[in-house]
Amino acid sequence: MATASVYGLLAEFDTPADLVAATRRVHAEGYRKIDTFSPFPVEEAWEAMHHHDKRLSLIVLLGGLTGMVSGYGLEYWVHTMAYPVNVAGKPLNSWPQFIPVTFEMTVLFAAISALLGMIVLNGLPMPYHPVFNVERFARASQDKFFLLIESADPKFDHSGTLELLKGLNPSEINEVEP
Amino acid sequence: MDFSAIRSRLASTEGRLFWRSIGELADTPQFREYLHREFPEQAAEWNDPKGRREFLKLMSASLALAGVGACVKQPPEKIIPYVTQPEEIVPGKPLFFATAYPFGGIGIPVLVESHEGHPTKVEGNPEHPTSLGGTDIFAQAAILQLYDPDRAKAVMGRGETRGWNEFQSALRVALLQQKSKGGTGLRFLTEAMTSPTIAEQVSLIQQAFPSAKWHQWDPIARDASRMAAHAAAGAPSDARYHFDKADVVVSLEADFLCGALSVPAQKAFAARRRFTDDKKDLSRLYVIESTPSLTGARADHRLPLKASEIQAFSAALAAAVGAGGAQASSTFSIPNAQKWIAAVAKDLQASRGKSIVMAGDYQPLAVHQLAHAMNQALGNVGTTVEYLPTVEINPTNQLASLRDLVQAMSAGQVETLVIVGANPVFTAPADLNFRDALAKVGFSVHHSLYYDETSRYCTWMIPAAHAFESWGDVRALDGTVTIMQPLIAPLYEGRTETELLGCFVDAQNNRSAHDLVKDYWTRAHAKQVGGWTITDPKGQPFHSPESFWKHALHDGFITGTGVGGERREPGGAAAAAAAAGANDAASPLAAPASPAATGGMEIIFRPDPTIWDGRFANNGWLQELPKPFSTITWDPSAWIGRKYAIDHQLEDGDLIELKYRGKSVTLPVWPIDGHPEGSVTVFLGYGRNATGRVGTPADDVAKGFDVFPLRSSDALWFDNGLEISKVGRRYLLARVQEHHLMEGRAPIRMATLEEYRNEGTKVIQKQGEKPPRALSIIPEWEYNSYRWAMAIDLATCTGCSTCTIACQSENNIPVVGKEQVDKGREMHWIRVDHYYVGNPLEPETVESHHQPRPCMQCETAPCELVCPVGATTHSSEGLNDMVYNRCVGTRYCSNNCPYKVRSFNFLLYQDWDTQSLYPMRNPDVTVRSRGVMEKCTYCVQRINYARIAAKRDDRRIQDGEVVPACAAACPSDAIVFGDLNDPNSRVNKLRAQHRNYGVLEDLNTRPRTTYLADVRNPNPEIDGERGSSKLAAE
Amino acid sequence: MDPKPATYPVAPLIEPGHTFESITDKISAVVLSGRQPLFWFVVLGFGMLLTGMLGMAIAWLLLRGVGIWGVNIPVGWGFAIINFVWWIGIGHAGTLISAILLLLKQGWRTSINRFAEAMTIFAVMCAGLFPLVHTGRPWLAAYWLFPYPNSMSIWPQFRSPLIWDVFAVSTYFTVSLIFWYTGLIPDLATLRDKAKNRVAKVIYGMFSLGWRGSGRHWQRYEHIYLLLAGLSTPLVLSVHTVVSFDFSIGIVPGWHTTIFPPYFVAGAIYDGFAMVLTLAIPIRAVYHLEDFITTRHLENMAKVTLATGLIVAYGYTSEVFFGWYSANKYEGFMIWNRMTGPYWYMYWTLIFCNIISPQWLWFKKVRTSPFLLFCVAMVVNVGMWLERFVIVVVSLHRDFVPAAWGMYHGTKWDYMTFFGTVGFFLTMFFLFIRALPMISIFEMRTLAPGAKVPATEGH
Repeated sequence: MATASVYGLLAEFDTPADLVAATRRVHAEGYRKIDTFSPFPVEEAWEAMHHHDKRLSLIVLLGGLTGMVSGYGLEYWVHTMAYPVNVAGKPLNSWPQFIPVTFEMTVLFAAISALLGMIVLNGLPMPYHPVFNVERFARASQDKFFLLIESADPKFDHSGTLELLKGLNPSEINEVEP
Repeated sequence: MDFSAIRSRLASTEGRLFWRSIGELADTPQFREYLHREFPEQAAEWNDPKGRREFLKLMSASLALAGVGACVKQPPEKIIPYVTQPEEIVPGKPLFFATAYPFGGIGIPVLVESHEGHPTKVEGNPEHPTSLGGTDIFAQAAILQLYDPDRAKAVMGRGETRGWNEFQSALRVALLQQKSKGGTGLRFLTEAMTSPTIAEQVSLIQQAFPSAKWHQWDPIARDASRMAAHAAAGAPSDARYHFDKADVVVSLEADFLCGALSVPAQKAFAARRRFTDDKKDLSRLYVIESTPSLTGARADHRLPLKASEIQAFSAALAAAVGAGGAQASSTFSIPNAQKWIAAVAKDLQASRGKSIVMAGDYQPLAVHQLAHAMNQALGNVGTTVEYLPTVEINPTNQLASLRDLVQAMSAGQVETLVIVGANPVFTAPADLNFRDALAKVGFSVHHSLYYDETSRYCTWMIPAAHAFESWGDVRALDGTVTIMQPLIAPLYEGRTETELLGCFVDAQNNRSAHDLVKDYWTRAHAKQVGGWTITDPKGQPFHSPESFWKHALHDGFITGTGVGGERREPGGAAAAAAAAGANDAASPLAAPASPAATGGMEIIFRPDPTIWDGRFANNGWLQELPKPFSTITWDPSAWIGRKYAIDHQLEDGDLIELKYRGKSVTLPVWPIDGHPEGSVTVFLGYGRNATGRVGTPADDVAKGFDVFPLRSSDALWFDNGLEISKVGRRYLLARVQEHHLMEGRAPIRMATLEEYRNEGTKVIQKQGEKPPRALSIIPEWEYNSYRWAMAIDLATCTGCSTCTIACQSENNIPVVGKEQVDKGREMHWIRVDHYYVGNPLEPETVESHHQPRPCMQCETAPCELVCPVGATTHSSEGLNDMVYNRCVGTRYCSNNCPYKVRSFNFLLYQDWDTQSLYPMRNPDVTVRSRGVMEKCTYCVQRINYARIAAKRDDRRIQDGEVVPACAAACPSDAIVFGDLNDPNSRVNKLRAQHRNYGVLEDLNTRPRTTYLADVRNPNPEIDGERGSSKLAAE
Repeated sequence: MDPKPATYPVAPLIEPGHTFESITDKISAVVLSGRQPLFWFVVLGFGMLLTGMLGMAIAWLLLRGVGIWGVNIPVGWGFAIINFVWWIGIGHAGTLISAILLLLKQGWRTSINRFAEAMTIFAVMCAGLFPLVHTGRPWLAAYWLFPYPNSMSIWPQFRSPLIWDVFAVSTYFTVSLIFWYTGLIPDLATLRDKAKNRVAKVIYGMFSLGWRGSGRHWQRYEHIYLLLAGLSTPLVLSVHTVVSFDFSIGIVPGWHTTIFPPYFVAGAIYDGFAMVLTLAIPIRAVYHLEDFITTRHLENMAKVTLATGLIVAYGYTSEVFFGWYSANKYEGFMIWNRMTGPYWYMYWTLIFCNIISPQWLWFKKVRTSPFLLFCVAMVVNVGMWLERFVIVVVSLHRDFVPAAWGMYHGTKWDYMTFFGTVGFFLTMFFLFIRALPMISIFEMRTLAPGAKVPATEGH
């Protein structure tokens, strides 16, 4: 069969342990365009892929700071510049009383940026993905564990990769149509 | 459109009918069909069926009338504004017209504020000697009475709507018969009258009908004082008391600080009680009374005796001061009374010529005569007491006069009866049975503001023009004549008394009131009539009648018409004779020789504090004004002593049946601290069954609150033989204030004269904490332009509530109705708090203290801090502003206001639909809608008005230029307003006093409204602690 | 907290014999089977009935004004604010379970956090209704409290605790929603893949954003889930602190006290856990989820309830103490008035509900008996409502100036509005049970045998 017509190979495992073992092996073999699929987070799996994305911390931090500044900034601007009135004889810039709103704005912006950050970095929403073409893949969200090697990987060679996967005692291997 | 049909429907209106447009009045089928489209069935149910809604509904009635009766317009005749010429009318700039509001025939001199031809507000006439700017609740509420759509609207004949002409022709027929027999069958019944024009008319009528008779009746008759003064002075006189010259005042149930016509007394008394750090000296007031009164609340000593005991007490006191009278043989319900007699007598002796003994209208002639005797014995006559010619037209013993009339009527001798003003069917003593007698009169005419109980039983009813619609003249207490000028053309078919009486004099027939009055005074000015010596205020004669007329209207009084000049010396043969005569004539006035004979409890009659004898029953402002002490609104109550209530398990609002002389009335009971035990006070004026829809009670219980049926002519004010029994049901009484103790928080601080002399500055400040301003870490705001502030002197405030009504009128404050008051939602911007001090089980120890409570305008206002939308903020002049159109109604500000001076429009209290209310409202004040918080603004509209004037001639606002409505109306000048940045302002001087303090200063709210602590001057020989600082902390 | 912790074996978090598959099937079946027990229909119907009543009450309110309620001067706040604080408090347990227990690595939270969070969101919805409709002019309050540029160039007054409320509550709602939705994404994917019904498939598909369980995704997912937990923790504490500011910033005796923030937060969690129990106990019985919500869960929640209950008791005590110790006549009177004034029965019922009754939780028997636990929880729910009544009404009705004192009574419209929101809450909650997995499936899987990867594997 023509390699071009294949998106990749999808090996199915019954336990997370098998998945992790397989992933380590495949990564050791030098495959990089690989991905694991599991019905719940398996930390070892992404460690096996040497995947560590720390950008989200920064995004959330920046989001929070933006919220904090805009929160206090709004209050300060409103009460000292835009609309300065004597309220209960308090100073125009009554900073202690501006803190609650500032805090809430910080949390709000941080939380929103966290969600959006995750969605964007994960490239979601992605209604179509080739792995969905594999019938068995529906189990990925239930009870089975999958390892994908993309044909785009430079080391990918249909028969060889297939052999490699067979050696990792998968319960099943599927070709993924593009 | 068929206007006559409309008129008849209006006039025949009773019960619940109201209408939305002239069309509905005409009741055309098209309109009915239109209505059906416009208002689905449910629409009706959206209205709260009771209370305030009723008030609004009926107000909407006059929508049609404003159109049908008369559009608001200046009267055709030329009237002279107080300050400015009418041709200078500037839209938005009010004009003030001097006129008078007659009460019981006596004129209350007022200025009426008029916006584009709508009278909107009543003020006292500052230049008139008997007002000096002060007014009372009745004069203030007169403006609502003027716009009351329930007033009589059309001439009625036997229940049918008729025209004025029809009445005149009918009258002419009746008069022709009388002419033939000299008027033997012609009688007039009026209240006391003072109008010189009417005086002349009366004499003319006497000439035309020599044997016609004129009777007078007023349920709150001043007969006893009238007769006693006559007896003492030997000629018809009034006793005048100069409280400003008196060191000691003894009131024998004289309630001289309360009610209508009390303004001059309040001013004079306050003058002698105005206490400053350098003038530490006060008069002393003893009040011996039964029913607690505002005068008693103001007293330095109050002795609550049963009404029937006061005569014996007076006799004993008279004996003690050597003015004849019997020794104190009888024992009193209060053991202390004996001690009192000695102490008071001693005090009186000590201040001969500088004391006053005064008897009240509610006491029999004998007490009055004892009082006069004491004044003579003490040499007060000529110094503190004067006898002046009466200002009334032929004064008479009204009770006797009414009795004669009724006898004549029952005997069928009266063929034509003309009743002017009075409402005898409702108010005549029950035993006289006036209504049945009236049925025997063939041709009876009733001239009245309302189609009331008397109108129903008269053959003719003539709607009266309201005082502010009328040309006329009236004399004030001091005799000074005021020419009444109309502020507005009659809204309905009103006629003045002069016009009605004119029908009986051929020469005056069909002449307008204006012509009659002007004609009389032109002749008077020419010395052809009345024998006045008329001058201008400087004593110079006027150069022309026109200029005289113009000045008279402009000033609001005619100089040279007062009676001050003609003092009468008491004593002498004439006096003795008169005294003898008076005694006979007045014999029915004397209290039963031995009241205890009939046994039972004592019943005491009083006019209602706010609706008087019922004539103001249809006035929503007065109905919702809290009654003194009980703070009940909208209902009467039977007052009893606290101890009695406890012994008989009578709680607030329990219904009791009062059985007296075989008649019985059921009233809700209200225990009042300081009320004599064994007495029950009932109030006249409620239970009207024929007045407007505000005054006519909805539920059956309230319909039975009329106590006139219990009142008989031989015991007008009190009697024994009352049996009361608990009915077992309760009646909801809507009271404004639930708690009357200070709980050791000293909102009212007080001290005795003695304490001031000894402790000086500390005595007031020690009664509360005040954190030093420097304590705050927050920098202070600068107020560079003005710093408005108010100071209220509790030593002169009598708790009369005039400020409340004045504020209501000035600031378009709505009436909310009984149910809402009961829920705690009354809207008054300035309320009068009331506190008791002393032991309720010992009535003579009970003290009452009053405290007007406007917004404190705190500099660090707690309300402002918590408003989420900034709807209440501070102005550059330190005002705590309320921005209505920004308010969303979270009510957080009210929660956070420690003084609870904010009021909230929980429902749509303000009536937006009724055009007839538009002319009454003050155009300078926003009309608030539903869901908005509101509060006292220091009458910011008046501040701005003054600011405009000041800016125009480029100067600062002078002290006294801005006077808020409450301060302007206050009859004892207890409220002072001004600018703290002006070192010489009166308010600054007052705040410098040691007595000055702020309520709840310990919260560091820094109120701009401060109080001057109360000062009492107790007699150590009776109870030196009374009113002392010790009590304040209780 | 517990006297003898080690004297009995710790019950498991999930009954033995469950595999990834069985967990998935059992939980998703509630949603996908399409069959619901009678209980569900009964409660939902009842809830909708009450919701209709709520609609009526609010319509009348808008027509006539807040005057139809019992509020007056001096008691400017009544049921509306009481209910607001009560509902907000209930919300707190959800966030606490999902966020704080997550940070504390409390595995037992897993099976209850999902519907606890749902409870939070619906409770906050109910709460949010009141501050809006209790105003005199809701149609303006709806937007004048938010800072937006307007033609009059006027702005809100940021010194007012009510404005803080607006920000706190709206933030709280948004963040709770985000947290909840984030947790739902993998389960939505599961439902997408299991659903037979085409429409359901499409809808679940849309909301699952095409989640495919990629390892890289899981890494970022876990990352922000922790971050959100970290954000929610201070947030949930701040929200009830701000709510308590509504009172403690005011000067009214009984409001103006520094103990309010901690004591409000504790009260909120107390109440919240009671409400979780009130919901969990019947539901686990009806849907036979005893395997997942075991007695251990109930017992732990009972312990938290007891602990927070004791904090609340401490709050009451110190209030009384400072009433005396502050030597402030207003404070002293306020406490005295609570105990002996016209509303004494409210105060003492409150003491019974919130201090006496939770003491039963000292006994393991009570903690492990669903029925008794349910009873205690109900009593606490009532007690916490009374607490807010005592704070709001009894403080206001007699404050500083005796002449201005008054009384307060709720009207029928007050009660209709309150029970209306209870109905709304039930309606939303039971719709949630029908449409979404009430227990987090993917997190339950992690508790199943074989979910853990042995550390030695592969080396």
